[in-house]
Amino acid sequence: MTNEGWFAGLDPGDQAAGAAAIRSGRADQPADWPALAVEAGFADDASEYYDRLHAAAITAAEEAARERSRAPDQQLVHAVRSMDDCSRLANELAERVTEWAGSYFADTGAGLDSVRDLAARDPDDAVEARIISVARRVDDLLTERDELRVYLENETPTVAPNLAALAGPVLAARLIALAGSLETLAKKPSGTVQVLGAEDALFAHLEGRASAPKHGVIFTHPAVRETAPEQRGSAARALAGKLSIAARIDHYSGDYRPELESDLDDRIERIRGRSTE
Amino acid sequence: MSLPEGVEYRDFGDGTRLATKGEPVGAEAVSDGWRAWDPRRSKVAAMLDRELKLGLSSGDTVLYLGAAAGTTVSHIADVVGPTYAVEFAARPMRELVRVATDRSNLFPLLKDAREPETYAHVVEADIDVLVQDVATRGQATVAHRNREFLRDGGRLVLAIKARSEDVTADPDTVFDQVIADLESTYEILETASLDPQHADHLAVIATPR
Repeated sequence: MTNEGWFAGLDPGDQAAGAAAIRSGRADQPADWPALAVEAGFADDASEYYDRLHAAAITAAEEAARERSRAPDQQLVHAVRSMDDCSRLANELAERVTEWAGSYFADTGAGLDSVRDLAARDPDDAVEARIISVARRVDDLLTERDELRVYLENETPTVAPNLAALAGPVLAARLIALAGSLETLAKKPSGTVQVLGAEDALFAHLEGRASAPKHGVIFTHPAVRETAPEQRGSAARALAGKLSIAARIDHYSGDYRPELESDLDDRIERIRGRSTE
Repeated sequence: MSLPEGVEYRDFGDGTRLATKGEPVGAEAVSDGWRAWDPRRSKVAAMLDRELKLGLSSGDTVLYLGAAAGTTVSHIADVVGPTYAVEFAARPMRELVRVATDRSNLFPLLKDAREPETYAHVVEADIDVLVQDVATRGQATVAHRNREFLRDGGRLVLAIKARSEDVTADPDTVFDQVIADLESTYEILETASLDPQHADHLAVIATPR
């Protein structure tokens, strides 16, 4: 590796090249860069050097941050969180509007279906107009939640094909969201993947207040949920192991390996078989 | 008092508070061009409030690892000279860029503090003060690796977060281990607990051996 400053060989006026050099350059050791830059003719004095560094560093930081936040896995993270928010908000608002409707209409039920019925009515007075309007917001939130689910079902397999195949697109997106990104998920040990989403239970355990959680959000996977409770810990551990491998392949190579699914099915079948012995 | 030049206790109408002069950042209290520097939010402010000698003087060069959204580093940049702010997360970087845009001596870098070779081509040698506030395991290792930037007699200002090393261990045990590890390349000058404003954090002031 050479030991040159970010400004080496650059035209002082070319801010874009300066930003690129800050982003991708490296050096073994720091040096007195301001003095070296002046010596090399990149700037007339230290003050001019710092002005050029400032402009290039701001551009580099902006570009690098934008690039990272526009990455495809980050769109899955936002989509799955939005889907959960829509769901939570719809339920909260449905509770409110059901209470209101129950006090005013003679014939209303409970639950999200009754709110959708309510949204389809025509109001007869000003109060009904408000109740029905709120019910329509609930209906809109449920529609958006469903559309976000469809988006995830389409997009997750293109971003993380193996993880989506193994976990299902929504759970795959949820695991990426809990880890923060596909890269951080790929770098987590499978024991951590096993309890992602069960942080409260995990910390209670670490403080000695509870037993170790067997599973976090992967509980929603059939390999865990449909396994007998006494075998669930083993099933969760096996599933988490395969999910970690899938995330690593997705992050580091990206090609689809169908054999991962059959491997998992075999493991789960063997685990379930143990209970009948 | 051992406050650096440019840092003062000022009256904000609700009692005196630590403050620096400069462009306001976010919704902080401002009075007469002075910005309140809140020890409950900033570990460095909490250190100054405990009268630790951080070695910050006007004109100093500073390398700040773990700058986050830049609240603390903005106060520091307003009292010293060239200030390099390293932050690894993209989200707070947008805010840090805004803070740096107003300050010609503050240079934001989206880099990993565990890999100094990725910013040694930008950050100059013989830095006066290295501030480290990174929530990662291996905080002593980060300090070792970044020691190459510090001048002889310079200061390491470190906030050790016990929970980042080991959430299960007793914080005092973690602090002892990190300090023992630091002592291979640094001489420890002062330590102080940052409780209660920053639970399970220990401030360490050190100088390169």
